[in-house]
This record gives sequence, structure tokens and C-alpha cells, in this order.
Amino acid sequence: MALEQSDVEKIAQLARLDVDANEAQEVTKRISSILELIDQMQDVNTKNVAPLAHPFDAIQRLRPDEVTETDQREYLQAIAPATQDGLYLVPKVIE
Amino acid sequence: MVWETVIGLEVHVQLATKSKLFSGSSITFGAAPNTQANIFDLAMPGTLPVMNEAALRMAVKFGLAIDAEIGRKSVFDRKNYFYPDLPKGYQVSQLDFPTVGKGELEIALEDGSTKVVGITRAHIEEDAGKSLHEDFQGLTGIDLNRAGTPLLEIVSEPELANAKEAVAYLKKLHSIIRYLGISDGNMAQGSMRCDANVSVRKKGDTELGTRTEIKNINSFRFVEKAILHEAERQIDIIEDGGRIVQETRLYDADKNETRSMRSKEVANDYRYFPEPDLLPIVIDEAYIEAVRAELPELPNAKRERFVSQYELSEYDAGVIASSRQMADFFEEVVAICKDAKLSSNWVSVDLQAVLNKQDLEIENSPISAERLGGLIARIKDKTISSKIAKTVFEAMLESEQSADEIIASQGLKQVTDSGAIEKLVDEVIANNPEQVEQYRSGKEKVFAFFIGQAMKASRGKANPEQLNTLLKQKLKA
Repeated sequence: MALEQSDVEKIAQLARLDVDANEAQEVTKRISSILELIDQMQDVNTKNVAPLAHPFDAIQRLRPDEVTETDQREYLQAIAPATQDGLYLVPKVIE
Repeated sequence: MVWETVIGLEVHVQLATKSKLFSGSSITFGAAPNTQANIFDLAMPGTLPVMNEAALRMAVKFGLAIDAEIGRKSVFDRKNYFYPDLPKGYQVSQLDFPTVGKGELEIALEDGSTKVVGITRAHIEEDAGKSLHEDFQGLTGIDLNRAGTPLLEIVSEPELANAKEAVAYLKKLHSIIRYLGISDGNMAQGSMRCDANVSVRKKGDTELGTRTEIKNINSFRFVEKAILHEAERQIDIIEDGGRIVQETRLYDADKNETRSMRSKEVANDYRYFPEPDLLPIVIDEAYIEAVRAELPELPNAKRERFVSQYELSEYDAGVIASSRQMADFFEEVVAICKDAKLSSNWVSVDLQAVLNKQDLEIENSPISAERLGGLIARIKDKTISSKIAKTVFEAMLESEQSADEIIASQGLKQVTDSGAIEKLVDEVIANNPEQVEQYRSGKEKVFAFFIGQAMKASRGKANPEQLNTLLKQKLKA
């Protein structure tokens, strides 16, 4: 499966990664080579293999529904760049 | 051109757990901003999710209630997007292996018939925080109390044919989640939120038209209005030769219109992949059976029981059974007064009118089941007529007194002493010779006049049946 440089640029944009045109060319090559490896793996017959959700052969342990956390707002907001009225402030976002 | 509307609903239900889906933070509504957001909810490096068992149990409970396949192995995935109220940069959701698979919900239509609506799936996911865009000098304020709250997203098949069916579906869903106790379903507080996928097509077409997704519908009434409006908008566009753009639209209740929010990002732009921080959830038969054993009697079963046990009509039984709280109240009332038909009328008509007027839920009824039962018992044993009962009911709203206390203190007891009634009748006949003449000459309509006069004289307390019989006898004489 071949990857175009425009694909890389789009993925970088979605991931909010700053990849300039030179880097994009290099990254396209490298990701393409990974995809070649995947192409090879596609040839393996996996008809009788269930999809793997996690590399560990284990199941999720669950926790009882209890409130175990206390209010740490003061402590956590001390390291935030900007806060007001208990809110974290970020650059304006409007859709 | 005849058009038909096709609607599918995506309903987010906030699960009524005490703590978050993957952390031990509280989810109490209305807490001060960020006082319920701990290091995990803020996505601090090194923190890891631990799944809340109660959220899983509630999802399974819902699945069993709609006869759905329960995913024996469910898998969480990351849905990636950037927004400041989503600190991790992804929402943990379930894509390919949801906890609840295909199920169905029976809804009641206006003509009294029922329709079975398919439910595609219901998956567990976490909620995002809240962004506040006002009052911060060009900045946005973020409250992460809601981030990580467990949600169940219930997705219907595109099988709803109009706005009314969509409302009926939503109400039934609301009823079921409240019966199960898995959510308070409070739409105003956002515990139940609805997005509607709406498309239109020429009647008879089998292919679906291009759909739009309407967000931000937060009441039953708005669901109906938003869908009606959106279907009309689409039909207008197509009839004018245009075409529908697949997009997300926001419903504005004040203006009763939908407006474009953003073109729907294509599905794989979210770059879903299995959440490596969580192992698959495996549910065995024993777990499912244990949850099944916790299921309460559900609305349909309760309705059928009310029909057979109390001989209520299907309609009355359906109204009462639509809310577990109302059904419980009703059964308490019946236990006291032993008259199901009267109880059903008083609960679903008279009391409900008061609740609507005062904007109260039946749990907070100003008249308890015990007091209402006591009132109906006095109608049943003929201490008071149903007309006087309304007076007692009004008085009960104004006080904490029982029906018996009010009847005694206001002297409302029905007069059943035939001697006293006879005296009344004699007086009325003696005082109205003209009408007596009319009646006796065949003008039987005048009879109502005599009843009215006698009732007035007794201040409404004469037993109507006895009065009727005696008047007829005396007038014939």
C-alpha cells in the first residue's frame, strides 16, 4: 500500500504535529516502508485467528463503584498556566 | 410529491454511578468547577484507567431489558480528536465490540397500535468536560468535572418514520432507564441527551437520502420540533433542485431552526484504535444471570399485569405503567382503597393534573398515596359522592389532613339517611308546584331540575342514587 505525501500531511494535521515539507517527504518514505511490512503480513492466512484486542492474554479487572478521590483543585491548578473562578483557561475555541 | 422522513436516534444516557468510568472521582451534579477532576481526569502522564464495575453492570442491565445480545467480550477503543475539554486527546469508547449488541424496543403509537424499533447497539464511553466561552477576556474556561462520567450511547436503527415516533421512542427509553435505575434521565441536566439523524426520501424509495445529524436536543418537545423543522428544510432544498449536504446541525430552540455546525468528519478521521491501557472486558453467563436476577418488572410486563390483575384498560394500564414511580404509587393507593379503576383515574387524571401544574414528580406529590387511598376508600364506601370527593381533594392540597379529618371537620359526609332525603324531596316538590305539573304532564326533562334543587338544598351531600329513586317515586305519586 503506497502512501502519498498528502496523506502524511493530512495525518499530521489531524494529530496536530508540525511536519514541514522536507520532513513530510522523509516521513512518507518511512511510513511507507512500515506499510510494506504490513502488506507482507497481510499474506498470512489468519482465517482461524480471532482479532487481537490486546497483546496481553488477560482480561480487565474491575473496580467497585466508590469515590476514592478528594478535591485536589488548589494543588492541581497551582501548576496550570491560567485559571479563573476554578476554571482552567485556554485560548478561545469556538466551533 | 409525497415525502417520507427517516429518523435514527443516538441517545446518550449518563449512568447513575457514584464515581467516574475510569477513576474514583465523584460525579455529583452541580459541584464547583474542577473539584471533581483528579489527576487521571486531567490526563496527567502516568495515570491509568481502572474500569468501574457498576457502569458495566448498568449497561448489561439495559441490554437485557431490550432483549439484546450481550457482548461476551467488549473492547474499548480510542476515538481521537483535539478539544480542550478532552484532556487526553481521545475519548475512550467502544467501536467494534460494544457491550450491548442488537436489541429492540416496543413503542406505543398514537392510534393505539405498537411498533418495534430496532436498536443497533449500545456502547459504554466517557463524557468530555465543559467549555465555557463567555466572560474570560477572549479565553475559554474549562470545567473537567464531567470529564470521564460514564455514558451509555444507545443507537437506534433508522426506523422511526416521523417526529412523533421519535418522541415515543425517546419516552419509552426514558421510562426503561428510570425503571432500571441506571440513570435519572434528567434531560434538563443533560443526563439524557439526544442527537437525531434525519433524512427524507420520496415515498416508496428504498434507498436512504443523505442525512444530517441534529445535535443539542434537550427536551422531548424540542425533539419533535427539531425533527419537523429539519425534515421541512430538507424537502424545501430538494424541491428547489438542491441537494442535502451531510453535516452536523445545531438545533436552536429559541429560533426553532437548525443551523450548520460543521461538515461531518469522515469516520476514520477519528483514527479509532484499540485502547492499549485497557484489557478486554469479559462477561460470563454467571455475571449475566446475576444481573438478570436484578431486573425489575419492566413497563410492558407491568402493563399486562395491571390489565389482568386490576382489570384496567390497556390504555389506563399503559399510562400508569409508563413510570415506575407512578405505578408504585398507584399500587399503594389500590392496596388501601381496594378499587383499581377509581385509583387509576385519580392518580393518572386528578393527581397528575396537579403535578403538571406544580411541575412536580410523583415522588414529591403533595398528597401521599396513603392520603389519596383514604379519600378513594370514602368514595367506595359511599361516605362521600365523587363530586364531594373533588372538594375534599382540593382541601387535601391545602393541608396535611386525611380525607376522614376533612370530611368530619367540614361536615361533608354524604346523607344516606332515607328519612332525611325524603324530607328534602318533599320540600322540593312542595316548593315547585309548577315544575311538578310540567313533569307529570310528560316533560321528563324537568327531572334534572329537581335533582339540582335537592342537591343544592343538601349542599351536595345527598346520596345521588337514593335521591334519584325517591324523587322518581314521589313525582309519580
